[in-house]
Amino acid sequence: MRILAELREQGRAQDMQALVEHLPYARFLGITVDRKGNEITTILPFSDHLVGNTQLRALHGGVIGAFLEITSIVQLLFDTSCERLPKTIDISIDYLRSGKAVETYGRAIVTRHGRRVANVRTEIWQESRAAPVAASHGHFLLTPA
Amino acid sequence: MSDLDDHLAHIPHAAAIGMTLVSRGKHSCVVRVPYAAHLVGDPDTGVIHGGVITALLDNASGMAVRSEPDDASEGRSMATLDLRIDYMRPAQPREDLIAEATCYRMTSNVAFVRAIAYHDDRTDPIASSVATFMLGTPTEPRT
Repeated sequence: MRILAELREQGRAQDMQALVEHLPYARFLGITVDRKGNEITTILPFSDHLVGNTQLRALHGGVIGAFLEITSIVQLLFDTSCERLPKTIDISIDYLRSGKAVETYGRAIVTRHGRRVANVRTEIWQESRAAPVAASHGHFLLTPA
Repeated sequence: MSDLDDHLAHIPHAAAIGMTLVSRGKHSCVVRVPYAAHLVGDPDTGVIHGGVITALLDNASGMAVRSEPDDASEGRSMATLDLRIDYMRPAQPREDLIAEATCYRMTSNVAFVRAIAYHDDRTDPIASSVATFMLGTPTEPRT
């Protein structure tokens, strides 16, 4: 992927904010990435076009799934700085509570990183990290550049 | 039942990604998302992001529960318990996505749904999913 190669050449291989700005769908959702040292948190500000249930003003289940998937991939790229976007093989999502009309945060852990496949666990939350909105685990195919 | 047809227009995110209902059957429905530039996941290839497929499968699966006749879910709210998606092959750039969802079992509390996403050949799916929904959850958010 051009943007990943460019960032690496500029010595910014871990600049995940620059990466998400280049992904049209991540930009459409409004996702940003906050980095503190060797830790990153993805942020999804609330917006009306993310709503799935107007009565509850709850986030759409698909938005929650997409945010989990992007958080997983961003963490994987942050940890490994590979030059291609990892491909999702499968992702399994647990919906734990409804997503309210507030900012949502995401963090992921790469639980196993093999030569070809990585396993990633991800959680997203809103007001309290102890009360996650959803969790996922996924397998991602790492394609050599 | 008739309001299911314009149901998608009242889901802001479904409208934002352009989802429309193609058809619905006894325990199933077909939903389409037209290709659009803002849905792209990889700007080098122009392929739609996996997250769009997630949103499409999630929405189609929920609607398949709603389209059950003799509907045990009629008037009951529901919540997605889980959704698992297998991505079998990459989506092609500039092609619409179609999802077909089937509610194959409904108990008094839980609905079980399978779905596939494809471009135009349903025997060559891009992704497949299984989802479960809890029926009769409270319509007011928990405080």
